[in-house]
Amino acid sequence: MTHIEKYFVPEPSRYPIFGSIALLLMATGAVFWMNKVSSGPLILALGFATLVYMLFGWFGQVIRESEGGNYGSNVDVSFRWSMGWFIFSEVMFFAGFFGALFYVRVIALPDLSSLDHQQFLWGNFSAQWPIKVSPGHIVDPFTPIGAWGIPAINTLLLLTSGATLTWAHWGLLNNNRGQLKLGLFLTIALGLLFLSLQIMEYAHAYSDLNLRLSSGIFGSTFFMLTGFHGLHVTIGATMLIVILLRVMKGHFKPDHHFAFEAVAWYWHFVDVVWLFLFVVVYWL
Amino acid sequence: MSSIAHDPTHGHEHDHHAHHPSGVMRWITTTNHKDIGSLYLWFSFIMFLAGGVMALTIRAELFQPGLQIVQPEFFNQLTTMHGLVMVFGAIMPAFVGFANWQIPLMIGAPDMAFARMNNWSFWLLPVAAILLMGSFLAPGGASAAGWTLYAPLSVQMGMGMDMLIFAVHIMGASSIMGAINIVTTILNMRAPGMTLMKMPLFCWTWLITAYLLIAVMPVLAGAVTMLLTDRHFGTSFFNAAGGGDPVLYQHVFWFFGHPEVYIMILPAFGIVSQIIPTFSRKPLFGYASMVYATSSIAILSFIVWAHHMFTTGMPAAGQLFFMYATMLIAVPTGVKVFNWVATMWKGSMTFETPMLFAVGFIFVFTMGGFTGLICAITPIDIQIQDTYYVVAHFHYVLVAGSLFAIFAGTYYWLPKWTGHMYDEGLGRLHFWASIIFFNITFFPMHFLGLAGMPRRIPDYALQFADFNAIATVGAFGFGLSQLIFLAAVLKCVKGGQRRPQRSGTVRTDSSGPCPRQRPTIPSKLHRLSSKRCWLTGGPPWTGDQTSAPR
Ligand code: HEM
Ligand SMILES: [Cu+2]
Repeated sequence: MTHIEKYFVPEPSRYPIFGSIALLLMATGAVFWMNKVSSGPLILALGFATLVYMLFGWFGQVIRESEGGNYGSNVDVSFRWSMGWFIFSEVMFFAGFFGALFYVRVIALPDLSSLDHQQFLWGNFSAQWPIKVSPGHIVDPFTPIGAWGIPAINTLLLLTSGATLTWAHWGLLNNNRGQLKLGLFLTIALGLLFLSLQIMEYAHAYSDLNLRLSSGIFGSTFFMLTGFHGLHVTIGATMLIVILLRVMKGHFKPDHHFAFEAVAWYWHFVDVVWLFLFVVVYWL
Repeated sequence: MSSIAHDPTHGHEHDHHAHHPSGVMRWITTTNHKDIGSLYLWFSFIMFLAGGVMALTIRAELFQPGLQIVQPEFFNQLTTMHGLVMVFGAIMPAFVGFANWQIPLMIGAPDMAFARMNNWSFWLLPVAAILLMGSFLAPGGASAAGWTLYAPLSVQMGMGMDMLIFAVHIMGASSIMGAINIVTTILNMRAPGMTLMKMPLFCWTWLITAYLLIAVMPVLAGAVTMLLTDRHFGTSFFNAAGGGDPVLYQHVFWFFGHPEVYIMILPAFGIVSQIIPTFSRKPLFGYASMVYATSSIAILSFIVWAHHMFTTGMPAAGQLFFMYATMLIAVPTGVKVFNWVATMWKGSMTFETPMLFAVGFIFVFTMGGFTGLICAITPIDIQIQDTYYVVAHFHYVLVAGSLFAIFAGTYYWLPKWTGHMYDEGLGRLHFWASIIFFNITFFPMHFLGLAGMPRRIPDYALQFADFNAIATVGAFGFGLSQLIFLAAVLKCVKGGQRRPQRSGTVRTDSSGPCPRQRPTIPSKLHRLSSKRCWLTGGPPWTGDQTSAPR
């Protein structure tokens, strides 16, 4: 009789309920904060702390289960499917915002500057991108950010980080731990450098260019798209750091390291989103 | 728990060696798909009652022209919250509950692929419900922008709107995690020999539903996020003065919204496709075409969203495209209805409660499909957009469609879940009361809509009075009938007649209740035939005419 592996089903766990409480607190705190109730920030912080506790506990347990050899090849396949579908959901999230950008540029703005609107609503508004004057004149003049300064450098940084991450993966596959660590370290450094430049760029936009989140539809789409991307880079970099720490503790084997691969997939996904951003937000 | 290999001959021992919390903690910490399925179903039922109370308040106000019971602002909050509570709180979680109970049993998996995440998917829902219902208490009350939350109205509301936005985010996270779990379970944990094309159709419809959920819930999250930043952070997505466009909201929302209505009906198709063959004692007619029809519905559902926006001033080319694309969906839907009818053709049919609801479903859902087609015709829709005709349409597909399928599935699988038969008399009473009162409530709305009565208003012109009075009487009848359902379920859960034994070839252990413990049989090993109990999700009636209760 051939022996086969059993699909690992975890025991009852208290982490999910902590996650739920965390989100309840965070949502309440955020609502309060936005509506100027003074306890808002505190509740939000409390919720965030609970979330961090939950994430540490839950992922810590997953890591222990994984290193304890509980996850057989079946579970591994499950992880692969689920990570793929998760990234697909993220793609659709960004697609919503990209769709908004295309809709505004291709349909809404030309419509707003059409004859009817000019006559009855918006004076002599004429469509151009980036909009200089908004239809209702509610936007202060601003200067958009060109593609070939920091954004181009950032593109290079992210593309390079994709390469260093793949190089690290080769190191892992060939059991070359030095290469693995160095590659991961470089990837994280490049990611953090990207984030610092992005923060500098935001500061520059706010203080020198007068480009703000409230700069009409241009500011809205610009900051939402780059902002959510930046958030994803932050999450990706955090995950990479966790992976690096695990590598230093001796985790992962050439044939058993899906956590590494999942983070790598995520990182490449963030990379690809950036390429789209670079082209349609900064360049065109 | 170890990954040590098991000898399949010892497969029937259950994993009770670990310490399991009891009492409330059992439900809070559970990783058992059956527990989680029950939690989903009860949650859904509670939300169904909450949304039902709102609906009855709406109908009470509309019993006569004039303002009698509630203030207009509160009336608008009620219509908004009724829609949201029913869609996100009642219908969707109920189907996830069915998925949790049935999919692992049907495909022979020990549990869902990610049992811990499964728990979180559920326990996010009460959080969302607290935010949702709590928004009634916020200054300014709950959102009153309609369940579609159209900008610019939704940009102007008070704090309740913010609570709602976060509730939507949290429900979205729950749905995405739930959907990923289901897709992974189906793709990776089928018993050997169960190819995709051998799966019970319920699994197929859920696979496709889960795909839709993963594709569109993030888009909804994006839409409400843009609302949030427009409200609080000065963005201009939906503000023409800043270069945005309120219609953009409608596009993003309906890109989610139309697939969403299929999210609410495809699992219902799945349930009905399990029940019809059982009570016709014939295999499902055209299994493969059912799979392809479901897939085409899912694909087409992404390119029809603007049929909700025919009056926003689209170019004629756009209107034509969306009109024809919408009508195209009727083709695969027609295939399904045809197949159900063909399954019943010359079958030796019996009409126990699940079958009654399933046949009722086919009949009344099809009427809703036809009114959908009428709505899809642009020149007609321009007349009936935002009237009670649309309200009639979507209640025919959602109440007599999704909800009746949920009832059908509940009666069908309750014996499996509890080990007891439900009370057939109560079940039939529930069916007849529901279908009669349903039609009394919603059929007159077609006439109201055609006569021009707008939806979402607390008061109306005198000539609409008669039909509104009839609808209100029907609504209260329908609402009360649901107490029969509660009674039937409680009676069954608490005990009652043992489930009939299946005779003949099937092993006796398969006719008992499904034990809470998981089979330790590894999913990748055992042969299909050796685990009928887990695989068929077997109702007592399956393939066994003699023991069918009559
Ligand atoms: C043959 C299939 C169907 C067609 C052709 C169809 C077509 C339409 C059209 C054109 C509208 C827009 C009416 C208007 O606002 O003027 C509409 C609204 C609606 N449909 Fe359907 N439909 C179909 C099936 C369904 C199903 C299966 C469901 C859900 C289970 C559904 C749920 C809804 C809802 C909720 C609305 C109203 C949304 C709102 O404005 O609040 N429909 N349908
Ligand atoms: Cu639609």
